[in-house]
Amino acid sequence: MLATSPEFKQNAREALEDAGLQKALSFSRPQFMGRRARAVAALPEFEALRDIGRDIKNHTLANLDFYLETWADNVARAGGVVHWCPTADDAREAVLRICQKAGARTVPKGKSMISEELGINDHLEKHGIAPIETDLGEYIIQLRNEHPSHIIAPAFHLNREDWEAQFRKSHTDLPPDRVFHERRDILTEARTRLRQKFLAADVGITGANFLIAETGSSVIVTNEGNGDLTQTLPRVHIALASIEKVVPTLEDATSLLRLLARSATGQDFSVYTTFSTGGRRPADLDGPEEYHVVVVDNGRSAMLGTEFQGMLRCIRCAACMNHCPVYGAVGGHAYGWVYPGPMGAVLTPSLIGIDQAGHLPNASTFCGKCESVCPVKIPLPSLMRHWREREFERHLTPAAVRSNLRLWAFVARRPALYRLATRAAAATLGWLGRKRGRFAWMPLAGGWTRGRDLPAPEGDTFFARYAKAQRAGRR
Amino acid sequence: MAGDIATEGRATILGAIRRGLKRGPLPEDQAHMLRERLVEHPRHLIPARSRIPHPAQVTLFLANVEKEFGTSALVPDAAAVPAAVADYLAAQNLPTAFAMAPHPELEAMPWAERPMLRPRVGRAEATDLVSVQQAFAAVAETGTLMLPSAPERPTTLNLLPDTAIVVLRADAVVGAYEEAWDRLRAATGGSMPRNVMLVTGPSRSADIEQTLELGAHGPRRLHVVLVET
Ligand code: SF4
Repeated sequence: MLATSPEFKQNAREALEDAGLQKALSFSRPQFMGRRARAVAALPEFEALRDIGRDIKNHTLANLDFYLETWADNVARAGGVVHWCPTADDAREAVLRICQKAGARTVPKGKSMISEELGINDHLEKHGIAPIETDLGEYIIQLRNEHPSHIIAPAFHLNREDWEAQFRKSHTDLPPDRVFHERRDILTEARTRLRQKFLAADVGITGANFLIAETGSSVIVTNEGNGDLTQTLPRVHIALASIEKVVPTLEDATSLLRLLARSATGQDFSVYTTFSTGGRRPADLDGPEEYHVVVVDNGRSAMLGTEFQGMLRCIRCAACMNHCPVYGAVGGHAYGWVYPGPMGAVLTPSLIGIDQAGHLPNASTFCGKCESVCPVKIPLPSLMRHWREREFERHLTPAAVRSNLRLWAFVARRPALYRLATRAAAATLGWLGRKRGRFAWMPLAGGWTRGRDLPAPEGDTFFARYAKAQRAGRR
Repeated sequence: MAGDIATEGRATILGAIRRGLKRGPLPEDQAHMLRERLVEHPRHLIPARSRIPHPAQVTLFLANVEKEFGTSALVPDAAAVPAAVADYLAAQNLPTAFAMAPHPELEAMPWAERPMLRPRVGRAEATDLVSVQQAFAAVAETGTLMLPSAPERPTTLNLLPDTAIVVLRADAVVGAYEEAWDRLRAATGGSMPRNVMLVTGPSRSADIEQTLELGAHGPRRLHVVLVET
């Protein structure tokens, strides 16, 4: 996927002016937050489970080579085939080879972010194979020729009208009097169309939420059942997974699953949590004959041993973006690549380079909400700060910002001057903003105030107030 | 040739991981400890909500099935299952033909006593509207059914029909997932079945405006028939 992350600022500006997107965001976001809060409140052990989740992932990452090898050996023992792919190119080729060998023409797919990252669909299409997204949200996104705007709710940015309009456009045989008054009508239309695709397919592609070393299994978690149809009906099942998905045992996966659905959709458990191990057994009446796992590095191993190693704990629950004020203001597409929100702001520079994604770590108010909801306790704000520092060191920050910061550093290193300057600024701003208490626009800071208001200071600097409070305390 | 490429990819990835971790392959004593951990597969924290006596676990399971938009019926013994299935289908105005798992427990039930019912034993086909499946275990913690694939428990029965009926013995209800895993390990000699589905309620989607609709790609209705003995 071609990144538009370098244009984050322009993307964000457009997103703020997109009325449809703003409607969808304001409607959907509070629901995610409310559902998670209720699910968490109903499980007193949730906080303790977050520590456990973090520890399981840390233990696995510290021994990643061992667990991956064990997992791969167990896949082979169960009759499956592992394709080790260091790069995205390798993975695309591996998928294509399997599809071509199976003589596949249409390939249904379960929702998979790694597939988006690798650009599997484009690659298959280029070679005359038609990938069909079967997750409802992914399906409409594919019809609209878009990318997902959210890692678990790909069509987060769409409203009901958008669905109806797209179906009428794409399903050209629809009778004009067909009604789409209810969400149910939309669902039925998609279900009927996709059923035919499942039944006719030779190969099905899914992602994987976890790989299990103990058993050689891959695990998918869905609510619709599309992933299960994808991996059950066609003759060949391909699971795509990145290397950090492995966990040691069923018990380890279970503890993480207790966190995943609650953090993601606010369910206690997703409807279908399915463990696949090898292909069809001799007397089985159904299931794929071939089981392949394409396991991909694509930049992850380079994060090991760096301050970003902890990011590899991510279980892709989306809680961080659901609670992020920046995501809530601009939506997912503005981030310009596969992974939006706080997790994307940390991961994207690691995977496509800070020169491409330098703006993303700045897309933060540092409110800390993301870290406080992350089920595996990834310190997202400090990781974003690491990127900012690196970016600054590499002199990729625009010259104006750097010279302003240099000026600030000059003043800040001279206490008397600093106090004088901030006192003057606070007094001026306080006087100017005394009526509304906020500025919706500020000279020289137009970029900052476009998406948010700047609260007016109350006339004193921090130092002045601190001194006043100290004097009051001593009295 | 393909073998060479595969081996190369494996070596490249493992080498990159070890470079990142700043070490070579794990020393044997450490690898041994990790293998022990895999064999012992230690449990972590199990939420207190399922640490209750068995009858209360059964009650909790049924309450959670309902919370997740499933339904249930209680029958005293296996002989009463066909009547319960017939009643359910009639109440929902559903056809009386269904695909049924070739499971010995199901096949031993007196289906002939209900001549209206037309079971077809086997996997599900695209045209089946109703299925009857046998559950290996069920987890009270979240109202979750464990359905491992086997010749007598085809996976398609869980997915293709619009209405899935699952027959579950009360003694197959456990408190937590961990207990279900241990039962599965014991029953299969430790080798994982091809497919293990953990099913919690009927299929659904919230992709349209984040609002829940039942019956996305899988069954729209999930009905549990709980056999008390
Ligand atoms: S960073 Fe944490 S909160 Fe965000 S998607 Fe990953 S696991 Fe979830």
